Amino acid sequence: MISFNLLVLVSLLYVAFLFIVAFVAERRAALGKTGWLRSSAIYTLSLSIYCTAWTFYGAVGYAARSGLEFLTIYLGPTLVMIGWWWLVRKLVRIGRAQRLTSIADLISSRFGKSTGLGMMVTVLAIVGITPYIALQLQSVTQSIAVFAASSGEIWAQRDLDGAAMWVAVGLAVFTVVFGTRNLDAHERHDGIVLAIAVEAVVKLFALIAVGVFVVWGVAGGVGATMDLIDASAQSQWAPSPSRWIGLIFVSGAAFLCLPRMFQVLVVENSDERALGTASWAFPTYLMLMSLFVVPIAVVGLDLMPEGSNPDLFVVTLPLSEGREGLAILAFLGGFSSATSMVIVATLALATMVSNHIVAPSWLTSRTTGAAVSGDVRGVVVASRRIAIGVIMALGYIYFRLSGGGTALAAIGLVSFTGIMQVLPAMIGGVFWRGANRWGAGAGIAIGFAIWAWTQFLPSFGVDGVISQAVFDNGPFGINWLRPHALFGIDGIDPLVHVAFWSMLLNSGAVVLVSVLTFPNPLERLQGAQFVNVYDYSSDARVWSQSAAQAEDLLVMTQRILGSAEAQAVFRAEAQMQGKSGFLPDVTPDFIGKLEREMSGSIGAAAAHAMIGQLTEGATVSVDDLMAVADETAQIVEYSNQLEAKSAEQERTARALQEANDKLTALSIQKDAFLSQISHELRTPMTSIRSFSDILRDGEVDGDARRRFAGIIHDETNRLTRLLDDLLDLGVLESGQVQLNIAEGRLADVLDRAVLASGIDETRVSISRRANAEAVTLSTDLERLSQVFINLISNVAKYCDADKPELRIIVRPMEGQLVVDFCDNGTGVPEESQSVIFEKFSRLEDEGKAGGAGLGLAICRQIMTAIGGGIAYLPGQGGAAFRVTIPTA
Amino acid sequence: MGQRVLLIEDEPNIIEAVSYILSRDGWTVHTHSDGETAIEKVMQGVPDLIILDVMLPGRSGYDILRDLRASAETKETPVMMLTARGQAKDRELAIGLGATQFMTKPFSNAEVLESVRALAGS
Amino acid sequence: MTQALPNDSPPKSPIKSGPRTKFLERSNYRQRRFRDAARWLPLFGAVFMVFPLMWPRETPDQSLTSTSMIYLFALWVILAVLAFVLNRVLRVSDTIDGSESTDERGSE
Repeated sequence: MISFNLLVLVSLLYVAFLFIVAFVAERRAALGKTGWLRSSAIYTLSLSIYCTAWTFYGAVGYAARSGLEFLTIYLGPTLVMIGWWWLVRKLVRIGRAQRLTSIADLISSRFGKSTGLGMMVTVLAIVGITPYIALQLQSVTQSIAVFAASSGEIWAQRDLDGAAMWVAVGLAVFTVVFGTRNLDAHERHDGIVLAIAVEAVVKLFALIAVGVFVVWGVAGGVGATMDLIDASAQSQWAPSPSRWIGLIFVSGAAFLCLPRMFQVLVVENSDERALGTASWAFPTYLMLMSLFVVPIAVVGLDLMPEGSNPDLFVVTLPLSEGREGLAILAFLGGFSSATSMVIVATLALATMVSNHIVAPSWLTSRTTGAAVSGDVRGVVVASRRIAIGVIMALGYIYFRLSGGGTALAAIGLVSFTGIMQVLPAMIGGVFWRGANRWGAGAGIAIGFAIWAWTQFLPSFGVDGVISQAVFDNGPFGINWLRPHALFGIDGIDPLVHVAFWSMLLNSGAVVLVSVLTFPNPLERLQGAQFVNVYDYSSDARVWSQSAAQAEDLLVMTQRILGSAEAQAVFRAEAQMQGKSGFLPDVTPDFIGKLEREMSGSIGAAAAHAMIGQLTEGATVSVDDLMAVADETAQIVEYSNQLEAKSAEQERTARALQEANDKLTALSIQKDAFLSQISHELRTPMTSIRSFSDILRDGEVDGDARRRFAGIIHDETNRLTRLLDDLLDLGVLESGQVQLNIAEGRLADVLDRAVLASGIDETRVSISRRANAEAVTLSTDLERLSQVFINLISNVAKYCDADKPELRIIVRPMEGQLVVDFCDNGTGVPEESQSVIFEKFSRLEDEGKAGGAGLGLAICRQIMTAIGGGIAYLPGQGGAAFRVTIPTA
Repeated sequence: MGQRVLLIEDEPNIIEAVSYILSRDGWTVHTHSDGETAIEKVMQGVPDLIILDVMLPGRSGYDILRDLRASAETKETPVMMLTARGQAKDRELAIGLGATQFMTKPFSNAEVLESVRALAGS
Repeated sequence: MTQALPNDSPPKSPIKSGPRTKFLERSNYRQRRFRDAARWLPLFGAVFMVFPLMWPRETPDQSLTSTSMIYLFALWVILAVLAFVLNRVLRVSDTIDGSESTDERGSE
């Protein structure tokens, strides 16, 4: 007899293996080695989370009960995938263009970034999917119980509950660890995707192995199996046409609408061409998954004792034949099916909850200035983690309440028909520009109501939620509202009944209400973008001219994307505009782009609301809309070309303008430089000459004489320093500087710089991170230290906060080392940021600063000489300088 | 009572030096070191002579001079410009705007005294 | 839906005129037909999936399960193979040249 402990050990090893796989994938992705991680094969395998424990265990049970009908569950998705040119391709294209994060985001974004619709879809999904998660927990625990029983232990319900809880906790941990590390959903979850791809292989291999064993090992070959099939009781299977067609439709629709499928199909898609591969490979996968289902069911019915649960034949058959290794493999297959579904479903639902319920509520609760204050990123990540835990807990509670009695397939279909209610709004939104939010909302609401009344509530059983009397006579005796016979039409199969009525009334409502109501401009714009996604290579403008400042936008974007990511976006845009630095011009296009980047993290509705707070109602008017979303095709195309050209011209003009400004500035600078030097030299000389005249004349008493001599001394020093700086700068600028390359630790260089800057650490608090600074550099350490000293002493001179603070942040970035010096003062005003590195650019009066304004100019020359750079970093809540040091 | 001189200059050591020389010679010296509020300071009590630096924080000496010459109260007040830039065009600019005297830093104390006596006495 | 025939559409740029045009248009034409085929495939697939429902039974309890099963799996393989072939000949990322825009425009 198999040791139950062995099973536990194997499961734990398997889980550890999955953790390692996910971890390695994350590491590779972080290093940019995404090559095969994002290949078509991995993509196709990740789609296999469609095959849950329901299909792994349940399909056999389904076949044992209803013959070939189980095939419909696979045939629907097969049609959707081979018909990818119709819909899936369009969804993927839209998902990429609009940075969609979930199915709720699709609906919300399409219908004018509506918060209400996003919430609606999220609630519908949670209600529909929670039972499904419970189902997975149940199947895992049931299969564990089978092993326990075979090793002599009889499991009480309490043991099952305990096992289910541990599985739920483990899955929650896995999902939190690998699902919420990146906030940007668009960055993809490479770890999770690879883990579920591995699980896809395991479950397929396990099912085929059991199938091969059953056909050739037990039944005695293909011919014998076929005879057995025709001889078995289920050969009486007479397909009901309405159920057959209805189920194919339901499964195809659910394939498109299930949050977890949308997650892998659209959100995690990194390459449209992978879809083409999946269009044939995924149907093949489904075909292989179902190939041995009927044989296993028939042989199971033949061999297993009367009354044994056909849902567990995959495990019990090998066990009863004494093939324990095979049984464990089958168990791992089922375990894989269950866990991969739960992980992705929970992740997708948690994303929907955080983006469509938590983020909008949080934004509303802080009506003013939420955009620039408060930690949005923290809120979103925390809410996502909490949501994962809560959803998993809901699944577990449902598992406890339902008691695990119902046949697996029944719950699966309840889930399918529930989530399918999103389909009319989705199809309408993607193919029909006229569909609007009122229509979509009405459709989903009506569909949800019908589903709840005719299938979800009845699924708790007669007298569970709905009493027998209501089944027979309708609520309050209203006959035409009977749950299984709406409008008095009796005798339809319950599943066909719900699918037919909900789809009919749902799509009817979408069409009718859309026709009767008016969309707002944003909806019309989004409608055009979705329906004509292939035409809009460039993006339509959602924002007209706005009052937002680049720096405010950067501050907000950093709070959502994180500072590195946000700075990269801003820098890229500035470069595209032909500007240097981090602050591009705030054009409507740029705001639109920013909104899409942000919606990749927090969903379209929340991103739109946040941008709206900063731009204060600068959204498009109907007139703008008409100008942009042209009705006629030729004009769109023509204007796209024109737009591209004029954008190009604008870029060139901007670059030329900047170059011209630079040239003019240079020649002015040369004059200015000479007269500046003259000024800087003559000023101390004036004091020296004057006071020395006074001293020479005599008639000065002792105290005054000492004082005047002191002034002369100080001014002489000032002159010397100035000359030193000038010579230094001259050498650096001429490029004849001798670098003295040495090896040293960054921490030591910083220590020395802090000391040499003479900064009073009781007045200015300096925060540093020792482990980030433990980096060995090979550069001119003296020169680097000179730069650091300059930046640190600038804080003492210029930081105007009551309690000045200096944060020194070190991190690697794009193969270089970045050292940020940020203080908490008022910072450098935007108009001065471009000149502070010029010679003699002093922003405050020299009395306070006591230097000639050459410090930053020297810093820049030094950093250029050692192959790095220095730049002003806006939007850090104070003055911030970024020193970039090349690493070997 | 000595005549009043207003020194508009931002470098503290130069203020101290010039104040010292002139006070010793019997002048009443007022000082002001900000360009922006210089005109207000002048209007509080028009001095007999203004010594005006060109490079001032807030507002340039040339602008201040232009305003002084445009106002009725100070149209005739002698103004001595000080500059550390010493280029020919600076002198031309200053004289063109109506400066009475133009002096390049560094200067000797004797030069300053001489000029002040000449201007305020005239 | 109005569809411009490929040969009717004006040349996108002067560079494409000349002897090469014929070849390009011809390959574009083929692409259009392949796309049509990709759209028709699931529709035919759906129709064929319903076939077993309509097979006549000589006696009410005659078993068609194994036959239906073989039929459905064969259909499945054929559909997958056709999808595979179509994927080989279809150019997915072709939309940049604008050829997509004339035949996939939604209407309001």
